[in-house]
Amino acid sequence: MKFRGKIIDVACLNHFSRVITTISKLTKTCVMRLTPDNLFFVLSGKVTNGGVSMWCELHQANFFDEFQMEGVSSEFNEICLEVTPENLSRALKTVQNAKSVKVKLTKKHCPCLTVAAELPSLSSNSRVVTHDVPVEVVPRSLWHEFKEPSMPDFDVSIYLPPLKTMKNVVDRMKNLSNFLVMEANLSGEMNLKIETDLVSVTTHFKDLGNPSWGDAASQDGGASQSRDPEAMAEVRVDIRKLQQFLVGQQVNPSKAMCNIVHQSVVHLILLHDDVSLQYFIPAVA
Amino acid sequence: MPLSTQSQGEDEQYILVTSLDNARNLSNLLKAISFKDHAVFTTTPNGLKVTVEDCKCVQANAFIQADIFQEFTIKEDLITFQVNLTVLLDCLNIFGGSTSAGISTALRMCYKGYGYPLTLFLEEGGVVTVCKINTEEPEEPIDFDFCSSNVTNKVILQSESLKEAFSELDLTSEMLQITIIYFLELSTFGSSGSAHYDYSKDSDMMELFRCKETQTNRYKMSLLKPSTKALTLSCKVSVRTDSRGFLSLQYLVRNDDGQICFVEYFCCPDEEVEEDS
Repeated sequence: MKFRGKIIDVACLNHFSRVITTISKLTKTCVMRLTPDNLFFVLSGKVTNGGVSMWCELHQANFFDEFQMEGVSSEFNEICLEVTPENLSRALKTVQNAKSVKVKLTKKHCPCLTVAAELPSLSSNSRVVTHDVPVEVVPRSLWHEFKEPSMPDFDVSIYLPPLKTMKNVVDRMKNLSNFLVMEANLSGEMNLKIETDLVSVTTHFKDLGNPSWGDAASQDGGASQSRDPEAMAEVRVDIRKLQQFLVGQQVNPSKAMCNIVHQSVVHLILLHDDVSLQYFIPAVA
Repeated sequence: MPLSTQSQGEDEQYILVTSLDNARNLSNLLKAISFKDHAVFTTTPNGLKVTVEDCKCVQANAFIQADIFQEFTIKEDLITFQVNLTVLLDCLNIFGGSTSAGISTALRMCYKGYGYPLTLFLEEGGVVTVCKINTEEPEEPIDFDFCSSNVTNKVILQSESLKEAFSELDLTSEMLQITIIYFLELSTFGSSGSAHYDYSKDSDMMELFRCKETQTNRYKMSLLKPSTKALTLSCKVSVRTDSRGFLSLQYLVRNDDGQICFVEYFCCPDEEVEEDS
């Protein structure tokens, strides 16, 4: 297995750094998958993380000037590593001002992602900084746990309101309740609701718009067309999971959407120019 | 205003309907008295009074006159109820309590009467949040029996001068001692020593200084420290003591729109100390 990448553009470096920082706010550890064309950060929904799962996809060419990898075998030309994104994020932050940054898979006392950069310095000699971020190789036998999630058979798909507004409201709601109900309909309306013995609070978002996925069902006027546009699909979630998702978002995405499978799962999709992020929050009883 | 799109029928059921273009004009005042979870709301045609008490020794009141509100409709002479103040503040600040200029949350606060929740409609940027907060049987607020005729000493000064003292108060001191002679003195006696803040009656900051009798009284620090929030908001403060040593602090607060509201704190002196006469 080999991997070697180089970033020379400062904007690409900052962008990459921000993506890793966002991932680090969403989860403590995740799996990083490297293919010739892409990088994926994957969290598979397990009981230990409350069933939340995440899929983040980057096209390597949008970030790396050089990108060479050799996977486990020619048949499975991929590398799968378990990584702590916070460590990678910290390493990248220290080399923000570098002229170029190299990331490579190395073996020190254990497998590592080594981040090496040449930093400008006041003297004529530049400083070389190296960070070894320990990683664990994920064996081939477990790769099936980290596949791209399939689009759920959703009841409602809707564009999200401004994430900052959502975050402000969810932050306050968290003081009042542990659980939140997220509901939306095909008329562009979304409500966030909490209810306890002491208080009930409902925030109403209107005119959000519903994305048309152009899938077979809607094209031939199938099941989704016959759904009452006012009918709400709802999911009751652990409010901390939703808050965690919102806390991590540092940059406004170009598109932010949410698919709701009634009483089952909330599927959040954020699209930036060169990164896409999907986050699944399961329903709680 | 979007909030008034409620049906006429709904409106008729409320015995109290108040609205504010800027919810901060209410939430800031309530924050200044929020040292306990519960608050009693007393509403009359004159306006709203919110009362918070602790240990039967300290009481804070925030007064918002009817004309501060953009709408103030009351169908009875006196309406009282109790709500969880912490919850109310979270609701009033549901959109994050942003302090940036130009962004404000509009509020409509309604009440149907005994047994019904306090209903809030909050709107910011086209997004509406509806809150229903359960109300409780109000506890009768204590009457500290503090009347102007019994006032021994009265000092009115600019809040600016007291703010520094209050922000630095030695919290290891169990008591805050207030002495009024020909100056006002705040003293603390903490684990590392004592501290005194003196305000001369001739100081520029002093607007009124009336001392009938030298007095030294001590008050529990834990009871008075919360008044710092009210002091921070205010521009002027009046310090009065009566013959029993009871303390009345009255704060003049200007809200975001420059309108005047009042907050007052009453506090019993600590019984262990004898008064100097």
